[in-house]
Amino acid sequence: MRSVRAIVRAGFDRAEASLGRAFPPAWNPLLNLGALGFFFYWIVVGSGIYVYSFFDTGITQAYASIEYMTHEQWYLAGVMRSFHRYASDALVIVAVLHLLREFGRDRYRGVRWFSWVTGMVVLVLVFVAGITGYWLVWDELAQYVAIVTTEWFDALGIFGEPVARNFLAPSTLDSRFFTLMVFIHIAVPLIALVLLWVHLQRVAKPRINPPRGLALGSFVALLVLSLAHPAASRGPANLATVPDEVGLDWFYLAAYPLLETLPAPFTWATALFLAALALAIPWLPPMRMARPARIDLANCNGCSRCFADCPYNAITMVPRSDGAPFAAEARVDPSLCVRCGICAGACPTAIPFRRAHALSPGIDLPDLSIGFLRERVEAEGARLAGRGRVMVFGCGEGVPLEGLASERIGVVRLACSGQLPPSFVDYVLARDLADGVLVTGCAENACHARFGVAWTEARFARSRDPHLRQRVPPERLRTLWAGRLGRGALEAELRAFARSLEALPPVAPPRRVPGPRAPAEVHRA
Amino acid sequence: MPSPAQWAGQVLFYAVAAGVTGLFASWPSWSRLPPGQAQITIAFAHGGARKEACRKLTPEEIASLPAHERRPSDCRRERVPLRFELVLDDRPLLARTLPPSGLSRDGPSQLYEKLAVPSGRHTVTVRLADSGRASGFDYESRFELELRPRQNLAIDFEPDRGGFFVR
Repeated sequence: MRSVRAIVRAGFDRAEASLGRAFPPAWNPLLNLGALGFFFYWIVVGSGIYVYSFFDTGITQAYASIEYMTHEQWYLAGVMRSFHRYASDALVIVAVLHLLREFGRDRYRGVRWFSWVTGMVVLVLVFVAGITGYWLVWDELAQYVAIVTTEWFDALGIFGEPVARNFLAPSTLDSRFFTLMVFIHIAVPLIALVLLWVHLQRVAKPRINPPRGLALGSFVALLVLSLAHPAASRGPANLATVPDEVGLDWFYLAAYPLLETLPAPFTWATALFLAALALAIPWLPPMRMARPARIDLANCNGCSRCFADCPYNAITMVPRSDGAPFAAEARVDPSLCVRCGICAGACPTAIPFRRAHALSPGIDLPDLSIGFLRERVEAEGARLAGRGRVMVFGCGEGVPLEGLASERIGVVRLACSGQLPPSFVDYVLARDLADGVLVTGCAENACHARFGVAWTEARFARSRDPHLRQRVPPERLRTLWAGRLGRGALEAELRAFARSLEALPPVAPPRRVPGPRAPAEVHRA
Repeated sequence: MPSPAQWAGQVLFYAVAAGVTGLFASWPSWSRLPPGQAQITIAFAHGGARKEACRKLTPEEIASLPAHERRPSDCRRERVPLRFELVLDDRPLLARTLPPSGLSRDGPSQLYEKLAVPSGRHTVTVRLADSGRASGFDYESRFELELRPRQNLAIDFEPDRGGFFVR
């Protein structure tokens, strides 16, 4: 499974990087798949409402009403019909890509199982809605879809008589069955919308709207496609004939030729196996995760910065329980915590300058603690020599850092770039552990923990707590958000940074040997 | 602000994405039935005779039953399987034994089958045994048909209409 994930991820990394040449990070379509899904969903709903106002639900009138829209009122209803179809296709495309991307980035296991499973159910509902939509046109394709679908369900043997008998001949056609399809086609997307809301319950500040530039581009692309290649019906359904070649919508109906030609027991077994696999995959194998973030109440003043910064709603603020003179305290829900450490990076007590006691911030990752990071910083700083020394802070999901350390480059790994309290930058420079600091991680707008890059930039820009101290010279701090393919860019950036640091005067405070202090609490990277 | 080259790249992306979406929304076409062929669809649901004849209960047996369950005879629910045959131009094309549906095997037997046949003039003979007899059939119909290419001929069965008929 790991190698499959690696292949998928490598493909997405390359595709994202390629699109990144044309799109700004905020507009990159592959970095906005979920938001694009919502965008196409709303287009489908809006165009569907318009089309439905002209749609005649009688089984003999349905085809004629759609033909009227397509040919008589092509300039509006016809375009709306095309929007309805192509946005549905685009919805499936972005939903499947979204699923694959999350799989490749291993963001479906552990505490993220919930989003995966609910997303799978939504995807099935999208297919149900799309397939019933083709049914309603009641052209030759609809006839094909209706017959293959009902034959497949009949193979279960749970119906009193074959449902496909409804489509045996024109005289057996039942309008009530058709009305049922209309109901399903409207009800299922509404159920999907409710499930989408559930799907997003475990993420904070979900992006459900694409950036304006991407939305505009997608809309115009759909409009051009609708005008250049309008959605059209085939000939009217006629149960007395077998439809000639049917132009399948392969985004929705790719399985139909298989359902038609392979034995039903095999296709049912395959479908059920794949469905079970899709639902069980977050536990195949179960994710071995580090311990979740932990509150140290003695150092928590209830400031709620961790609550504000957590990307996964894992932190809540609750009334104080220890009698300390603060209104609230943070509480971590381990079932939601992804161990990104962004909360520790937000904590005002995560300050490496503290010496009196063990460095134990109000909230911390037990297995990659702030105290341990300080030890690593000091160890790396003590190793560096010469001019143009750079301390690199990087996350495990961004630019690969293997083999980067050298006499002039120190490397400290973080769970996420957002785990780094800005005071560490000040600490490195004030203690003369390096001449400059470079923070690197995932590509912009592609943070593995969602907000690590954004919060880090905002903290460094002093627009989000905790602020970077004013005394940190900006020329001694750089960030590079390049993702896994950014090793070359990182090395180039490091060379340029080192040269610029060499041209600067030495860091003002002399190198100081740290005084004795209590050891850090946890010691595992 | 994106450069002109980046704008061009975006336009190219949207064009490719829209093109792929439009293309695979209706292409390539699919057809299972070869050219020149017609299709016979035979579909019905029909319950066979009871597997065991009803047995008249004796007055003592009736008296021993609770008042609300007293009935003159005892009938087992299970039905016999049907035997079905379709012969095309004196050539056997389909022969099926159709078990009754339901966990208690008391529901109607079902058949839904599509047969691709060459278009043209054909004689179709369909036979059904629903009484549990070991040989011979209870229903038999013979149809002289002229099938056009891609025609779907539906054969149904309803005892009240005399057996098999073409829809």
